[in-house]
Amino acid sequence: MQPLIELEKRQVGEEAWEEPFFLNMGPQHPSTHGVLRLRIELEGETIVNCEPVIGYLHRGIEKLAETLNPNQCILLSDRLDYISSVANNVAFALAFERLMKIEVPRRARLIRTIVSEMARLCSHLLWLATHALDIGAITVFLYCFREREWLLQIFEKICGARLTHGYVRVGGVRRDFTPEVVEELYEFVRVFPERILDYETLLDENRIWLKRTKGIGVVSPEKAIDLGLTGPSLRGSGVPYDVRKFRPYDAYDEVEFLVPTGKNGDTYDRYKVRMQEMRQSASIIKQCLDKLSETEGEPVLSEKAPDLLLPKMRKEVCPMLTPKGKVVFRTRKKEIIPKGEAFASIEAPKGELAVYVISDGTDTPWRLRIRTPSFVHISAIPYLAKGHMIADLVAIIGTLDIVLGDSDK
Amino acid sequence: MEIIEALKGLKEVRSLEEKEDAWVIWTERELTLPLMKKLKELGFNYLIDLCGVDYLNYKSEKKNFRFEVVYHLYSLEHRILVRVKVGIPEEEAWQYSVSHIWSCANWLERECFDMFGIKFLGHPNLKRIFMPEDWKGHPLRKDYPLNIEGEEEWETYKKLVERHKRKRGDAATH
Amino acid sequence: MSELICLLICSVILLVIALLHVAYLTYAERKIIARMQQRLGPNRVGPRGLLQPFADMLKLLTKEPIIPYGVDKNIFVLAPLISLVCAGSGLAFIPLWSNFVLSNANVGLLFILALSSLSAYGIILAGWSSNSRYALLGGLRSAAQVISYEIAMGLSLLSVVVMAGSFNLGDIVRAQANLPWKAFLFPQIIGFVVFLISAVAECNRVPFDLPEAESELVAGYFVEYSGMRFALFYLAEYFAMLVMSGLAVTCFLGGWLGPFSIPGLPFFWFLLKLYAFLFFYIWLRATLPRYRYDQLMDLGWKLLIPLAILNLFLTAIIKLLV
Repeated sequence: MQPLIELEKRQVGEEAWEEPFFLNMGPQHPSTHGVLRLRIELEGETIVNCEPVIGYLHRGIEKLAETLNPNQCILLSDRLDYISSVANNVAFALAFERLMKIEVPRRARLIRTIVSEMARLCSHLLWLATHALDIGAITVFLYCFREREWLLQIFEKICGARLTHGYVRVGGVRRDFTPEVVEELYEFVRVFPERILDYETLLDENRIWLKRTKGIGVVSPEKAIDLGLTGPSLRGSGVPYDVRKFRPYDAYDEVEFLVPTGKNGDTYDRYKVRMQEMRQSASIIKQCLDKLSETEGEPVLSEKAPDLLLPKMRKEVCPMLTPKGKVVFRTRKKEIIPKGEAFASIEAPKGELAVYVISDGTDTPWRLRIRTPSFVHISAIPYLAKGHMIADLVAIIGTLDIVLGDSDK
Repeated sequence: MEIIEALKGLKEVRSLEEKEDAWVIWTERELTLPLMKKLKELGFNYLIDLCGVDYLNYKSEKKNFRFEVVYHLYSLEHRILVRVKVGIPEEEAWQYSVSHIWSCANWLERECFDMFGIKFLGHPNLKRIFMPEDWKGHPLRKDYPLNIEGEEEWETYKKLVERHKRKRGDAATH
Repeated sequence: MSELICLLICSVILLVIALLHVAYLTYAERKIIARMQQRLGPNRVGPRGLLQPFADMLKLLTKEPIIPYGVDKNIFVLAPLISLVCAGSGLAFIPLWSNFVLSNANVGLLFILALSSLSAYGIILAGWSSNSRYALLGGLRSAAQVISYEIAMGLSLLSVVVMAGSFNLGDIVRAQANLPWKAFLFPQIIGFVVFLISAVAECNRVPFDLPEAESELVAGYFVEYSGMRFALFYLAEYFAMLVMSGLAVTCFLGGWLGPFSIPGLPFFWFLLKLYAFLFFYIWLRATLPRYRYDQLMDLGWKLLIPLAILNLFLTAIIKLLV
């Protein structure tokens, strides 16, 4: 965009022109999707510069995880991306399973795949709802919540919780599906594709929606990889990278699905990709349900799975130095995760969620590193937003699908 | 595989080892930047993750350096994951920045600096990201105290508490 | 003297009716949108939530009026009043029936246009005096929007004036009596569409609710307002909707004229058409996303104004020839 004010500045030469107009968007703002703060430099309504500031929701999950055993860590992971918490559970469980060399039973893998896809649907529905609301379409918001509510109720029947499930544990899942759940899921999968059509009729042929999303926040494929975008945000640019296909985990190698990609890498393409992904998710759930009937009666937890309460181990006192030279004593339980390191990444609804665990042989990880998609996506906002208007910035935040619990850890 | 042969041929690679989930490359700090550039040319164009690790009082293995910076690189073309490890000594806790090779390294390095105090040379905007700017210490270091006592608390918080007390005192006297 | 008393009584009646309309317009809006979005809407206060508007009003009246530190106090207090008065007083010129118009001025149409432009001052001043950046941006957006859409609206109404040969709203209605369907709707279909779009923009309603765009500017120009002052802005918006709908009914749909007259209910046709318009406003809000600022300007200057000018020329030429 050609800055018009530059011309004026030279002609008028007053100091009033020199001062840029700063707008502080957030941390409390209806459409920053949490406690994201953006410091925007404006010229009229055009964004010259934009600096995201995060950390308002920092809870130190990586540090906390160093004091907890694997199954406790999984409960912690619920609090990362609280919209699709089962996906985080799976990532953590996979990392610990690779470290402890546990083979997960097939039934558990199928169930995990089903719940992961349900989490993806939950997340995408919420994304569509808020994205449309940000652009001003309020009705889509409530339509999406209708289906999301249904999914949450199914989740409640599966594990008793609606948002922070903690359903997955190292070596399998906590409990088996009941027949009612399977039935209700079949019903959901049957009805859901029609509901997607509902949303699309409200948005796809709407000229205002097209005007607001086409050509906004365009990223070329090379730049998207360079910025570290993953998930639908990357696939919108036409890069068919999907962890489910590239490094299959759980039961994704057993099911057939397509990886939808976009062409132009703008907000509209990312919207289309997510809509297609919802259809694919429904089909994956259906395939898994069919396969689930073959494994009726098999266990859902590996025999080698660690106990929820780890057995009491020899205690060892290790002195820790504070910066001021004081000695703080901390007890560690000598035990049980094998020494070594493991890396697991999954296709979380928002992008690639990677967990890297290093263990020193005790019952708690020495270091647990979480690479969250939202963190990297937020760092891409300045590139995407430059030259657009405030209204587009809201669309861009929406299209990247960020959750601050995810980014701030 | 060709690509692994190519990796073995790189002179910057100190050791190459196959683990079940990735190929692990050890290198030295001085060789980081040339290695990363070559890896990117080889097709490892996607930096999944960059993180620091603190090995203070690590019992189960002898470590030469206190810190490590671990890069996870992925090649979308060859579908290979590579883990690059670089040891960082405690006295000179700094590393070369790769943010000009991958844009996404910018924030990941800021996070690493915030949590471990490892400085990244050549980083355009190295400041804290999660913790407040006037925070003391680096939380993910192993010697970071788990309990902070009164006098070591965050300055801004102390000021806030004092102001609050003063206000309440004012309200009580009126 | 008796005339004056009569006028006073009439204006009180009109005001009460208008206020009731506004109150139940908010209720209807919430109910209709709720219906469209498959939820219930207000249903707790009174039977079917019918007393909800009064509960809201009481709540807003009893709230503490907060004037934030750092605002320009006088203008801050004045702005909502300007907005409300300008939006509401337009009602006086709209003929509800051939024998019921509060002020039968010969330049009624011009006056309504002037008032609706003035009401933008309330918004701009509110944005300016709040001393907040969101409010300022909202105020600026509103100024730009009102200026550009005022022109399109004025031009589209002008062709109606050409047709009717009068600025008096009563005469405009009477001029429509001889036409087929008793309305300017068909001869002035372009003008009608232009007017409809710019009327929505004039009232700051979806999809042109940029000055208060909730997801971008939080609440735009009234972000710092609360309690009764906030309610005044709210009232102004709904009054403006009423006036614009009334104007549309008068100028394009033949006002109080209907296919047949209903004895005892002289306002029936007028109100029916009015409600249809109000429903249209509400319907829009449930369906459409919001325009972007520059797209709004594009639409106004590059499409609506040329169309309105074209329409005016056509009307004038036809009028000359016939």
